[in-house]
Amino acid sequence: MNRCVLKTASIVLCLTGILLARPALAYTLEEFRFDDPKRGAEFRDLIAELRCVVCQNESLAGSQASVAQDLRREIYRRMQEGQTREQIIDFLVARYGEFILYDPPLKPSTVLIWLGPLVLVGAGGYLFIRTLKRKQTEPEPDDLTEEERTRLYQLLPQAEPGQKVCKG
Amino acid sequence: MDQEISHPSQRLPARALIPLWVFLALASLLFYVLYIRGTGQDARYIPSPLIGKPAPEFALPSLTDPSQTLTRDVLLGQVSLVNVWASWCPSCREEHTELMRLARTQGIRLIGFNWKDERADALAWLARFGNPYAVILYDPDNRAGIDWGVYGAPETFVVDAQGIIRHKRVGPIDTQVWETEIKPIIERYQGQTP
Repeated sequence: MNRCVLKTASIVLCLTGILLARPALAYTLEEFRFDDPKRGAEFRDLIAELRCVVCQNESLAGSQASVAQDLRREIYRRMQEGQTREQIIDFLVARYGEFILYDPPLKPSTVLIWLGPLVLVGAGGYLFIRTLKRKQTEPEPDDLTEEERTRLYQLLPQAEPGQKVCKG
Repeated sequence: MDQEISHPSQRLPARALIPLWVFLALASLLFYVLYIRGTGQDARYIPSPLIGKPAPEFALPSLTDPSQTLTRDVLLGQVSLVNVWASWCPSCREEHTELMRLARTQGIRLIGFNWKDERADALAWLARFGNPYAVILYDPDNRAGIDWGVYGAPETFVVDAQGIIRHKRVGPIDTQVWETEIKPIIERYQGQTP
Protein backbone atom coordinates (compact mmCIF):
# COMPACT_ATOMS: atom_id res chain seq x y z
CA MET A 1 0.00 0.00 0.00
CA ASN A 2 1.22 3.41 -0.86
CA ARG A 3 2.38 5.32 2.23
CA CYS A 4 1.20 8.57 0.77
CA VAL A 5 -2.33 7.23 0.39
CA LEU A 6 -2.32 6.06 4.01
CA LYS A 7 -1.09 9.42 5.20
CA THR A 8 -3.73 11.31 3.23
CA ALA A 9 -6.43 8.96 4.48
CA SER A 10 -5.42 9.49 8.11
CA ILE A 11 -5.38 13.26 7.69
CA VAL A 12 -8.83 13.18 6.09
CA LEU A 13 -10.10 11.00 8.95
CA CYS A 14 -8.70 13.38 11.56
CA LEU A 15 -10.25 16.41 9.88
CA THR A 16 -13.60 14.65 9.58
CA GLY A 17 -13.43 13.83 13.29
CA ILE A 18 -12.71 17.43 14.19
CA LEU A 19 -15.52 18.69 11.97
CA LEU A 20 -18.07 16.24 13.33
CA ALA A 21 -17.07 16.57 16.97
CA ARG A 22 -19.84 17.74 19.26
CA PRO A 23 -19.26 19.07 22.76
CA ALA A 24 -18.85 16.00 24.95
CA LEU A 25 -21.58 14.92 27.32
CA ALA A 26 -19.89 15.28 30.66
CA TYR A 27 -23.00 15.47 32.77
CA THR A 28 -25.27 12.64 33.79
CA LEU A 29 -28.74 13.23 32.49
CA GLU A 30 -30.42 10.58 34.59
CA GLU A 31 -32.85 13.00 36.18
CA PHE A 32 -34.47 13.54 32.79
CA ARG A 33 -36.63 10.55 31.89
CA PHE A 34 -38.80 10.27 28.83
CA ASP A 35 -41.43 7.62 28.14
CA ASP A 36 -40.74 7.96 24.45
CA PRO A 37 -37.08 7.20 23.65
CA LYS A 38 -37.34 9.36 20.53
CA ARG A 39 -38.26 12.33 22.67
CA GLY A 40 -35.31 11.56 24.95
CA ALA A 41 -32.93 11.55 22.02
CA GLU A 42 -34.43 14.82 20.83
CA PHE A 43 -33.82 16.31 24.27
CA ARG A 44 -30.18 15.20 24.33
CA ASP A 45 -29.61 16.55 20.81
CA LEU A 46 -31.18 19.85 21.74
CA ILE A 47 -29.13 20.48 24.88
CA ALA A 48 -25.96 19.47 23.03
CA GLU A 49 -26.70 22.10 20.39
CA LEU A 50 -27.27 24.95 22.82
CA ARG A 51 -24.48 26.91 24.37
CA CYS A 52 -24.13 27.44 28.09
CA VAL A 53 -24.47 31.18 28.70
CA VAL A 54 -22.18 31.15 31.72
CA CYS A 55 -19.26 29.02 30.59
CA GLN A 56 -19.68 29.78 26.88
CA ASN A 57 -17.34 27.09 25.64
CA GLU A 58 -19.56 24.28 26.78
CA SER A 59 -22.90 23.08 25.61
CA LEU A 60 -25.87 23.03 27.93
CA ALA A 61 -25.45 19.27 27.99
CA GLY A 62 -21.85 19.36 29.15
CA SER A 63 -21.96 22.22 31.59
CA GLN A 64 -22.02 21.86 35.36
CA ALA A 65 -22.94 25.50 35.83
CA SER A 66 -26.00 26.05 37.94
CA VAL A 67 -27.68 28.17 35.27
CA ALA A 68 -27.12 25.37 32.74
CA GLN A 69 -28.84 22.97 35.14
CA ASP A 70 -31.78 25.36 35.44
CA LEU A 71 -32.01 25.66 31.67
CA ARG A 72 -31.87 21.87 31.20
CA ARG A 73 -34.71 21.55 33.68
CA GLU A 74 -36.70 24.27 31.91
CA ILE A 75 -36.17 22.61 28.51
CA TYR A 76 -37.18 19.24 29.98
CA ARG A 77 -40.32 20.76 31.48
CA ARG A 78 -41.26 22.34 28.16
CA MET A 79 -40.64 19.09 26.29
CA GLN A 80 -42.87 17.24 28.74
CA GLU A 81 -45.52 19.86 28.01
CA GLY A 82 -45.25 18.83 24.38
CA GLN A 83 -43.44 21.88 23.01
CA THR A 84 -41.49 21.42 19.81
CA ARG A 85 -37.80 21.94 19.36
CA GLU A 86 -38.45 25.19 17.46
CA GLN A 87 -40.69 26.56 20.22
CA ILE A 88 -38.04 25.89 22.84
CA ILE A 89 -35.26 27.43 20.76
CA ASP A 90 -37.42 30.51 20.12
CA PHE A 91 -38.10 30.81 23.85
CA LEU A 92 -34.40 30.71 24.71
CA VAL A 93 -33.32 33.06 21.90
CA ALA A 94 -35.95 35.60 23.03
CA ARG A 95 -34.33 35.66 26.46
CA TYR A 96 -30.64 35.07 25.94
CA GLY A 97 -30.25 36.11 22.32
CA GLU A 98 -28.74 34.15 19.48
CA PHE A 99 -25.67 33.77 21.61
CA ILE A 100 -27.19 30.59 22.98
CA LEU A 101 -27.07 28.91 19.56
CA TYR A 102 -23.85 27.25 18.51
CA ASP A 103 -25.01 27.56 14.90
CA PRO A 104 -25.96 31.17 14.33
CA PRO A 105 -28.74 31.72 11.76
CA LEU A 106 -27.71 33.09 8.37
CA LYS A 107 -28.63 36.78 8.24
CA PRO A 108 -26.89 40.07 7.37
CA SER A 109 -25.06 40.39 10.70
CA THR A 110 -23.74 36.82 10.55
CA VAL A 111 -22.90 36.57 6.85
CA LEU A 112 -19.21 37.04 7.64
CA ILE A 113 -19.22 34.13 10.09
CA TRP A 114 -20.86 31.83 7.58
CA LEU A 115 -19.22 32.85 4.33
CA GLY A 116 -15.92 34.30 5.58
CA PRO A 117 -14.10 30.97 5.90
CA LEU A 118 -15.45 29.78 2.53
CA VAL A 119 -14.23 32.96 0.84
CA LEU A 120 -10.82 32.65 2.50
CA VAL A 121 -10.42 28.98 1.58
CA GLY A 122 -11.65 29.69 -1.95
CA ALA A 123 -9.27 32.59 -2.44
CA GLY A 124 -6.37 30.59 -0.97
CA GLY A 125 -7.17 27.61 -3.19
CA TYR A 126 -7.42 29.79 -6.28
CA LEU A 127 -4.04 31.41 -5.59
CA PHE A 128 -2.46 28.03 -4.83
CA ILE A 129 -3.68 26.45 -8.06
CA ARG A 130 -2.73 29.50 -10.09
CA THR A 131 0.78 29.42 -8.66
CA LEU A 132 1.12 25.70 -9.34
CA LYS A 133 -0.06 26.15 -12.92
CA ARG A 134 2.30 29.01 -13.56
CA LYS A 135 5.22 26.98 -12.22
CA GLN A 136 4.33 24.15 -14.58
CA THR A 137 3.75 26.17 -17.73
CA GLU A 138 6.47 28.77 -17.67
CA PRO A 139 9.94 27.78 -16.56
CA GLU A 140 11.54 30.04 -14.01
CA PRO A 141 13.04 33.00 -15.79
CA ASP A 142 16.78 32.98 -15.63
CA ASP A 143 17.37 36.64 -15.14
CA LEU A 144 21.10 36.56 -14.47
CA THR A 145 23.28 38.19 -17.06
CA GLU A 146 26.07 36.19 -18.65
CA GLU A 147 28.55 38.11 -16.54
CA GLU A 148 26.71 37.38 -13.30
CA ARG A 149 26.42 33.71 -14.13
CA THR A 150 30.14 33.39 -14.68
CA ARG A 151 30.73 35.06 -11.33
CA LEU A 152 28.23 32.76 -9.63
CA TYR A 153 30.05 29.68 -10.90
CA GLN A 154 33.30 31.10 -9.64
CA LEU A 155 31.77 31.53 -6.21
CA LEU A 156 30.24 28.05 -6.24
CA PRO A 157 33.08 25.85 -7.45
CA GLN A 158 31.14 22.60 -7.07
CA ALA A 159 28.53 23.75 -9.53
CA GLU A 160 29.11 23.43 -13.22
CA PRO A 161 27.61 25.41 -16.03
CA GLY A 162 24.35 23.87 -17.18
CA GLN A 163 23.68 22.28 -13.79
CA LYS A 164 20.74 23.67 -11.85
CA VAL A 165 21.87 25.24 -8.62
CA CYS A 166 19.87 24.26 -5.59
CA LYS A 167 20.15 25.82 -2.21
CA GLY A 168 20.08 23.88 1.03
CA MET B 1 34.94 34.47 0.08
CA ASP B 2 35.43 38.15 0.77
CA GLN B 3 33.81 38.96 -2.50
CA GLU B 4 30.27 40.20 -2.09
CA ILE B 5 27.47 39.48 -4.45
CA SER B 6 25.77 42.66 -5.39
CA HIS B 7 22.04 42.25 -5.77
CA PRO B 8 20.58 43.82 -8.82
CA SER B 9 18.30 46.48 -7.41
CA GLN B 10 14.87 45.97 -8.84
CA ARG B 11 11.45 47.16 -7.81
CA LEU B 12 9.14 44.61 -6.29
CA PRO B 13 6.11 43.95 -8.45
CA ALA B 14 2.86 45.13 -6.82
CA ARG B 15 1.69 41.54 -6.66
CA ALA B 16 4.46 40.63 -4.24
CA LEU B 17 2.99 43.05 -1.72
CA ILE B 18 -0.44 41.38 -1.62
CA PRO B 19 0.41 39.17 1.40
CA LEU B 20 1.57 42.26 3.25
CA TRP B 21 -1.71 44.06 2.55
CA VAL B 22 -3.72 41.02 3.59
CA PHE B 23 -1.72 40.80 6.80
CA LEU B 24 -2.20 44.50 7.54
CA ALA B 25 -5.94 44.24 6.87
CA LEU B 26 -6.33 41.26 9.23
CA ALA B 27 -4.13 42.90 11.86
CA SER B 28 -6.20 46.09 11.82
CA LEU B 29 -9.44 44.10 11.98
CA LEU B 30 -8.20 42.23 15.06
CA PHE B 31 -6.90 45.42 16.60
CA TYR B 32 -10.27 47.08 16.07
CA VAL B 33 -12.24 44.20 17.57
CA LEU B 34 -9.94 43.66 20.55
CA TYR B 35 -8.94 47.19 21.52
CA ILE B 36 -11.36 49.72 20.08
CA ARG B 37 -14.74 48.06 20.05
CA GLY B 38 -13.93 45.92 23.07
CA THR B 39 -12.86 48.81 25.31
CA GLY B 40 -14.53 48.77 28.68
CA GLN B 41 -16.56 45.74 27.77
CA ASP B 42 -16.37 42.42 29.51
CA ALA B 43 -15.48 39.72 27.01
CA ARG B 44 -18.19 37.59 28.61
CA TYR B 45 -20.84 40.23 27.99
CA ILE B 46 -23.86 38.90 26.14
CA PRO B 47 -26.08 41.60 24.64
CA SER B 48 -29.63 41.23 25.91
CA PRO B 49 -32.39 40.74 23.34
CA LEU B 50 -34.79 42.28 25.89
CA ILE B 51 -33.63 45.88 25.45
CA GLY B 52 -36.54 47.99 24.19
CA LYS B 53 -39.07 45.31 25.10
CA PRO B 54 -41.52 45.26 28.01
CA ALA B 55 -40.14 43.63 31.14
CA PRO B 56 -41.38 40.03 31.43
CA GLU B 57 -44.44 39.26 33.51
CA PHE B 58 -43.76 37.62 36.85
CA ALA B 59 -45.42 36.74 40.12
CA LEU B 60 -42.82 36.31 42.81
CA PRO B 61 -43.02 36.40 46.59
CA SER B 62 -41.41 39.31 48.35
CA LEU B 63 -38.14 38.39 50.04
CA THR B 64 -38.97 40.34 53.16
CA ASP B 65 -42.66 39.37 53.33
CA PRO B 66 -43.39 35.86 51.95
CA SER B 67 -47.15 36.40 52.11
CA GLN B 68 -46.92 39.23 49.60
CA THR B 69 -46.85 38.51 45.86
CA LEU B 70 -45.05 41.01 43.67
CA THR B 71 -45.91 41.38 39.98
CA ARG B 72 -44.71 43.44 37.07
CA ASP B 73 -46.79 46.33 38.42
CA VAL B 74 -44.05 47.19 40.94
CA LEU B 75 -41.97 48.38 37.97
CA LEU B 76 -44.47 50.92 36.69
CA GLY B 77 -44.75 54.66 37.29
CA GLN B 78 -41.10 55.48 37.83
CA VAL B 79 -37.74 54.65 36.28
CA SER B 80 -36.16 51.92 38.36
CA LEU B 81 -33.05 49.81 38.58
CA VAL B 82 -33.75 46.10 38.85
CA ASN B 83 -30.69 44.64 40.52
CA VAL B 84 -30.08 40.87 40.44
CA TRP B 85 -28.11 39.80 43.49
CA ALA B 86 -27.47 36.90 45.85
CA SER B 87 -25.77 36.51 49.19
CA TRP B 88 -23.32 33.97 47.70
CA CYS B 89 -22.09 36.45 45.11
CA PRO B 90 -18.86 38.31 45.97
CA SER B 91 -19.30 40.95 43.25
CA CYS B 92 -22.71 41.80 44.72
CA ARG B 93 -21.02 42.61 47.99
CA GLU B 94 -18.60 44.74 46.00
CA GLU B 95 -21.33 46.86 44.42
CA HIS B 96 -23.51 47.01 47.51
CA THR B 97 -21.86 50.15 48.90
CA GLU B 98 -22.55 51.96 45.63
CA LEU B 99 -26.18 50.79 45.62
CA MET B 100 -26.61 52.08 49.18
CA ARG B 101 -25.22 55.44 48.08
CA LEU B 102 -27.54 55.60 45.06
CA ALA B 103 -30.62 54.79 47.11
CA ARG B 104 -29.77 57.23 49.90
CA THR B 105 -28.30 60.24 48.14
CA GLN B 106 -29.52 60.00 44.54
CA GLY B 107 -33.08 58.95 45.25
CA ILE B 108 -32.87 56.09 42.76
CA ARG B 109 -35.61 53.49 43.02
CA LEU B 110 -33.89 50.14 43.39
CA ILE B 111 -35.79 46.90 43.01
CA GLY B 112 -33.98 43.86 44.33
CA PHE B 113 -34.07 40.59 42.40
CA ASN B 114 -32.81 38.00 44.86
CA TRP B 115 -31.70 35.16 42.62
CA LYS B 116 -30.98 31.48 43.39
CA ASP B 117 -30.52 32.29 47.06
CA GLU B 118 -31.74 31.06 50.44
CA ARG B 119 -34.18 33.40 52.12
CA ALA B 120 -32.43 33.25 55.50
CA ASP B 121 -29.00 33.93 53.95
CA ALA B 122 -30.37 36.84 51.93
CA LEU B 123 -32.08 38.41 54.93
CA ALA B 124 -28.95 38.03 57.07
CA TRP B 125 -26.93 39.69 54.31
CA LEU B 126 -29.29 42.68 54.22
CA ALA B 127 -29.30 42.96 58.01
CA ARG B 128 -25.53 43.07 57.95
CA PHE B 129 -24.83 45.36 54.99
CA GLY B 130 -28.02 47.43 54.76
CA ASN B 131 -31.03 47.32 52.46
CA PRO B 132 -31.04 49.78 49.54
CA TYR B 133 -34.11 48.23 47.87
CA ALA B 134 -37.68 49.55 47.75
CA VAL B 135 -38.95 45.98 47.26
CA ILE B 136 -37.16 42.67 46.74
CA LEU B 137 -38.38 39.88 44.48
CA TYR B 138 -37.49 36.40 45.67
CA ASP B 139 -36.59 33.94 42.89
CA PRO B 140 -34.83 30.95 44.49
CA ASP B 141 -35.34 28.49 41.62
CA ASN B 142 -34.59 30.85 38.71
CA ARG B 143 -38.07 30.66 37.17
CA ALA B 144 -38.37 34.41 36.63
CA GLY B 145 -34.60 34.71 36.12
CA ILE B 146 -34.80 32.65 32.92
CA ASP B 147 -37.53 34.96 31.60
CA TRP B 148 -35.27 37.93 32.25
CA GLY B 149 -32.34 36.18 30.56
CA VAL B 150 -30.30 36.35 33.76
CA TYR B 151 -27.12 34.32 33.57
CA GLY B 152 -25.18 35.54 36.56
CA ALA B 153 -25.14 37.97 39.43
CA PRO B 154 -24.86 40.87 39.67
CA GLU B 155 -26.85 42.07 36.70
CA THR B 156 -28.81 45.31 36.62
CA PHE B 157 -31.64 46.37 34.32
CA VAL B 158 -32.80 49.93 33.78
CA VAL B 159 -36.60 49.81 33.44
CA ASP B 160 -38.50 52.94 32.46
CA ALA B 161 -41.78 54.16 33.94
CA GLN B 162 -43.78 52.19 31.36
CA GLY B 163 -42.04 48.97 32.36
CA ILE B 164 -39.83 48.78 29.26
CA ILE B 165 -36.28 47.50 29.68
CA ARG B 166 -33.87 50.20 28.48
CA HIS B 167 -30.47 48.89 29.46
CA LYS B 168 -28.71 45.93 31.00
CA ARG B 169 -25.49 46.06 32.94
CA VAL B 170 -23.66 42.77 33.52
CA GLY B 171 -21.27 42.89 36.44
CA PRO B 172 -21.02 45.16 39.46
CA ILE B 173 -21.88 48.87 39.42
CA ASP B 174 -19.29 51.23 40.82
CA THR B 175 -19.21 55.01 40.80
CA GLN B 176 -17.61 55.15 37.36
CA VAL B 177 -20.10 52.72 35.82
CA TRP B 178 -22.89 54.70 37.43
CA GLU B 179 -21.69 58.06 36.12
CA THR B 180 -20.76 57.03 32.60
CA GLU B 181 -23.09 54.17 31.79
CA ILE B 182 -26.25 54.14 33.88
CA LYS B 183 -26.97 57.68 35.03
CA PRO B 184 -27.27 59.11 31.48
CA ILE B 185 -29.81 56.43 30.56
CA ILE B 186 -31.84 57.00 33.72
CA GLU B 187 -31.87 60.74 33.09
CA ARG B 188 -33.00 60.25 29.51
CA TYR B 189 -36.00 58.17 30.55
CA GLN B 190 -36.82 60.15 33.68
CA GLY B 191 -37.72 63.06 31.41
CA GLN B 192 -40.42 60.91 29.84
CA THR B 193 -42.15 60.06 33.10
CA PRO B 194 -45.82 61.00 32.71
